[in-house]
Amino acid sequence: MRRPLALIVAALLLSAADEPQLVPDVSQREIAIQYSFTGADLLLFGAIVYPGGVRPDKPADIVVVLKGPDQSIQMREKQKVAGIWVNADSARFESAPSFYAMASSRPIAQIVDERTAAIYELGVDKLQLSPSSLNESAELDRFQAGLVDLRDRTGLFVQRQGTVEITDGVLYRARLPLSARVIVGDYTAETFLVQDGRVVAAAVRDISVRKSGFEQFMAVAAEQWSFFYGLTAIALAVGMGWAAGAIARRL
Amino acid sequence: MDLYLPIANLSVNALVIIGLGGLVGLLSGMFGVGGGFLTTPLLIFYGIPPTVAAASAASQVTGASVSGVVTHMARGTVDFRMGGVLIAGGIVGAGMGVFIFRLLQSLGQIDTVIGILYVLMLGGIGGLMAKESIQALIALKTGRKPQARKRRHHPLVAALPMRWRFYRSGLYISPLAPLLLGMATGILTMLLGVGGGFILVPAMLYLLGMATQSVVGTSLFQILFVTMATTMMHAMTTKAVDLVLAMLLLIGSVTGAQIGTRISMTLRPEYLRVLLAAIVLLVAGRMALGLGWRPDEIYTIEVR
Repeated sequence: MRRPLALIVAALLLSAADEPQLVPDVSQREIAIQYSFTGADLLLFGAIVYPGGVRPDKPADIVVVLKGPDQSIQMREKQKVAGIWVNADSARFESAPSFYAMASSRPIAQIVDERTAAIYELGVDKLQLSPSSLNESAELDRFQAGLVDLRDRTGLFVQRQGTVEITDGVLYRARLPLSARVIVGDYTAETFLVQDGRVVAAAVRDISVRKSGFEQFMAVAAEQWSFFYGLTAIALAVGMGWAAGAIARRL
Repeated sequence: MDLYLPIANLSVNALVIIGLGGLVGLLSGMFGVGGGFLTTPLLIFYGIPPTVAAASAASQVTGASVSGVVTHMARGTVDFRMGGVLIAGGIVGAGMGVFIFRLLQSLGQIDTVIGILYVLMLGGIGGLMAKESIQALIALKTGRKPQARKRRHHPLVAALPMRWRFYRSGLYISPLAPLLLGMATGILTMLLGVGGGFILVPAMLYLLGMATQSVVGTSLFQILFVTMATTMMHAMTTKAVDLVLAMLLLIGSVTGAQIGTRISMTLRPEYLRVLLAAIVLLVAGRMALGLGWRPDEIYTIEVR
């Protein structure tokens, strides 16, 4: 309750400074992972508030970025050694987002220049992964491309350029898919208002992804009561195997 | 029918997993092998993280072997003394496997080692089984008596000290031989997520020279307990046992195992062995190609 209020207040205060403001929202603030979870479709929408309600002659652009918790990862690269493929090279990255989805009202290259895109991490090739291993920069680029390709195919990196709809220059909406493979944690939905290649306003909404009910219980049980969890797994296996045998003998 | 796996962190088609379990269960019922050598690679191929696949496959093998053990116990074809020695070795081996697994994982070479181990072992054992079973088949067709095997067990086995009597196996050998064999299969169970039946059965036949009728029952008995121990070790160390995944695999495999047992009773054991040899060689061949071919994924990500 405090956040939107503060934002509105801030919007009112700042509107005096002749800068447009964003009032963003998301369709779901909390995403519960349940047995039937196959991913979610998030709607990111909101309004652009121009100072004095005067719309500029040239329509502005909107970029929305949905980002998952950062992970510290180690990547390995296979190479052919003596006829077989083995892990030969590796690199470490301290802050690789576990999930990244971006949508924009026009292709990114037409909205901002390379430098601005890099500053705001607009695009999977612009992610700042904080490498911590001693690799050459060409090697790091190769690893980053590999990461993007891998996460792209599992639906963890999504880019939908030109899919943000802007109605009457003030209302925007974008749809981004959340893959079923997402990890739990705190996600952020960032919205950027871009005019003449410059980010003139930005706003953030938090989204929390949690396991719920049975799924949450299982995850906690496996972690905290691992002995009983293991015992349950064994009992389940023995019980089911025995029951099937008993039933089959009756048939 | 999509279902979310809470430990593997992804959703799968429940029917595909049940079908997979059923196929593996069918084989396990027919041949007395656990079938883990198929489950783990197939689960990984489906996109399940390798550690979760290996950990959950172990409990599926437990379920598939239970009813087999019950049946064999009723028929009196389990050598409990031999089984006990194998299990003791197996649990020690599984403990060693945990250590080796971690070492290889930190070096980043676990996948390659698993691949090479699969090829060498499945290829060697499959070849041996194919040769023996085809000879047996030819002998069956021509009506000639197969040549009597020159020796009952491997000379190395005979050379070990301290002999015990294993009545149901018809053996008088040192318990060290099955103990070492159990250890080797225990290591494999932990590394590859396999029950080790495909190693154990031929080794019991050709290395130890056990009486054929008690081989399958005793190997299932050993597999049952070693996979139980492995499931527990995974639950305690890697925390990668996915109960929902295990449950789905179990539904399929316990059903498949029953059907497999019925089939095995109607088929001649000679044919069964040729069939098993063919499957083992097929998996070995696929694995060998996998080592040499350009893999689908050049890059792997490991979260630290």
